[in-house]
Amino acid sequence: MGSSGDPAVMLDRILFDLFAGLAILSAILVVTRRNVIHSAIFLITTLLATAGIFLQLHAEFLFIVQIILYVGGIMVLFVFVIMLVNLDVSLHQMQFRRQWWVGLLLALALGAETVAAIYIGRLGLPGPNTAPPAAVLEPNTELVGRVLFTAYMLPFEIASVLLLVAMIGAVVMAKRRT
Amino acid sequence: MIGTGHYLFLSLALLLIGVVGVVTRRNVIVILMSIELILNAVNINLVAFSRLAGSVEGQVFAIFIITDAAAEAAVGLGIIIAFFRNRETVLSDEMDLLKW
Repeated sequence: MGSSGDPAVMLDRILFDLFAGLAILSAILVVTRRNVIHSAIFLITTLLATAGIFLQLHAEFLFIVQIILYVGGIMVLFVFVIMLVNLDVSLHQMQFRRQWWVGLLLALALGAETVAAIYIGRLGLPGPNTAPPAAVLEPNTELVGRVLFTAYMLPFEIASVLLLVAMIGAVVMAKRRT
Repeated sequence: MIGTGHYLFLSLALLLIGVVGVVTRRNVIVILMSIELILNAVNINLVAFSRLAGSVEGQVFAIFIITDAAAEAAVGLGIIIAFFRNRETVLSDEMDLLKW
């Protein structure tokens, strides 16, 4: 259990606040910006901040997968499609639905419900000042690989079939009808 | 020490922002991006609980969710391109071919 004066604990705290604030701020900008390209760039910022959170949670493999796959792969796909589909007209149209306040209300209700659930179940969680978990998952990549290729072999193969189906599906969808 | 509760609240905030984006925005591409935000929030939860439990299995599930996100983005963007070619719009409330 670290006291609040410990520099390592302080650094942990500062890094968490930095990454969490960056993630939440740019996530808000993703859903409020008018220009879709700006949304995409702020989404990249959110994903990178999430990668930082993963690194802080000692999930090094997920950190690098997040950067390579999300930021390097999925976001390039998004920007590509935005360039293909970009309509200057849509910039001057209404960006939100007329009933946006209903959605906001529902989201707030969902948030209140989840906060209540976390508050009721908080006894099962160690508080912010309890000791870190005993097991340190090192070396992370090796452990993830071992579990992935032994206990989760079948889901892994099914995921590869899913990717194949998605690849074929995307090609068939985007193909020009002749 | 940052507790698991901190990560839960960060994940909740990202989830809510994503839900608001899905429900209120009209542009389909932004809706897809909001879905990516939601999936990311789930991943933070899984990794935080994996750390709490001292087991690596939560991270394995997070990898599966990233796989799903990639598949969903590829198919969703393919559908958007096909739809845009037919109707010249990216606004979700103009996609009303099934509306009676």
